[in-house]
Amino acid sequence: MKIKVVSNILKANDSIAEKNRQLFKENKLFVINLISSPGAGKTSLLERTIKTLNSKISIGVIEGDIATTRDAERIEKTGARVIQINTNGACHLDSNMVRTALQNFPLNGLDILFIENVGNLVCPANFNLGEDIKAVVLSVTEGDDKPKKYPGIFREAKILIINKTDLLPYTDCSIDKIKKESLEINPDLNIFEVSCRSGEGFDEWCNYIVSLSN
Amino acid sequence: MHELSIVQNILEIAESEARKNNAAKIIKVWLKIGEMSGVVADSITFCFEALKSNTIARDAELLIDHVPLTGRCKNCGNNFQISNYIFKCNTCNNTDIEIISGRELFVDELEVE
Ligand SMILES: Nc1nc2c(ncn2[C@@H]2O[C@H](COP(=O)(O)OP(=O)(O)OP(=O)(O)O)[C@@H](O)[C@H]2O)c(=O)[nH]1
Ligand SMILES: [Mg+2]
Ligand SMILES: [Zn+2]
Repeated sequence: MKIKVVSNILKANDSIAEKNRQLFKENKLFVINLISSPGAGKTSLLERTIKTLNSKISIGVIEGDIATTRDAERIEKTGARVIQINTNGACHLDSNMVRTALQNFPLNGLDILFIENVGNLVCPANFNLGEDIKAVVLSVTEGDDKPKKYPGIFREAKILIINKTDLLPYTDCSIDKIKKESLEINPDLNIFEVSCRSGEGFDEWCNYIVSLSN
Repeated sequence: MHELSIVQNILEIAESEARKNNAAKIIKVWLKIGEMSGVVADSITFCFEALKSNTIARDAELLIDHVPLTGRCKNCGNNFQISNYIFKCNTCNNTDIEIISGRELFVDELEVE
């Protein structure tokens, strides 16, 4: 006997993500799912963003990591509210991990919640967490061919942050190519160029984050 | 590796559908996997073989239907195949394109007994 199923393989994840989304909405919280390959600078971006915006808005962070608590410790030093999720080997966060973490993470008083996903450009794109938007960080040292190699996340994201611009002179990376090819995939992408080291580009980036919190 | 959790989901969906239909055994599982779904069909097959043994799908064959990336232009209504991930209408050059197919990650059909 044949059975027609037509069932989304990720529906279990999507339905819990919907619950998270509801909870975020009730708390009037704007949530950003931050995705990049390992070491592109997600935690550095959060550290500098939090420090810059400390007096203006309240930022919370959920840190996803395969095994350590290092990133959460770095965020803790900024004074922001942070909780760690260890995925125990999984290459992405899923909505249920976030749901569980939220039981021990008060949302009151926060304006923006960042969820730093596990360093990986492929898998996190499939797993909605209940966020308002996905943001992808690409550092210039990774090469300018990445958008076309990982189109899924560049299509899904609303924001692209090109990081480590201070290292441009030492690479053969073309920012114009990154922009051109990522806009071919996603013409609505908001692109920022920053250096978490020098602070270049942070005025524009931080103004944008403040505008999201309103 | 995320193909592993995807295959766990596939097996859960297949087993629960089979049970709903009072089937004892799953013989075939058809998937639809889109070109831009972000999963690698070979790894799905590999993980399926590894995980199916303790389930009623232990003898099941996995068949994968690959779905190309296609879009519809929101300006002129043109349907076209998107190549090289360039989301631009090949008739009117508009870039506001709705994806029609290519993101699928579906259990499409089962054969059970
Ligand atoms: N030169 C330079 N180095 C940077 C910049 N941003 C981050 N780094 C360095 O890059 C390395 C990785 O940065 P992280 O912020 O830990 O990157 P991540 O994306 O959080 O890494 P994972 O969480 O492990 O995936 C660190 O040594 C940072 O100091 C930058 O703008 N310029
Ligand atoms: Mg980090
Ligand atoms: Zn058109």
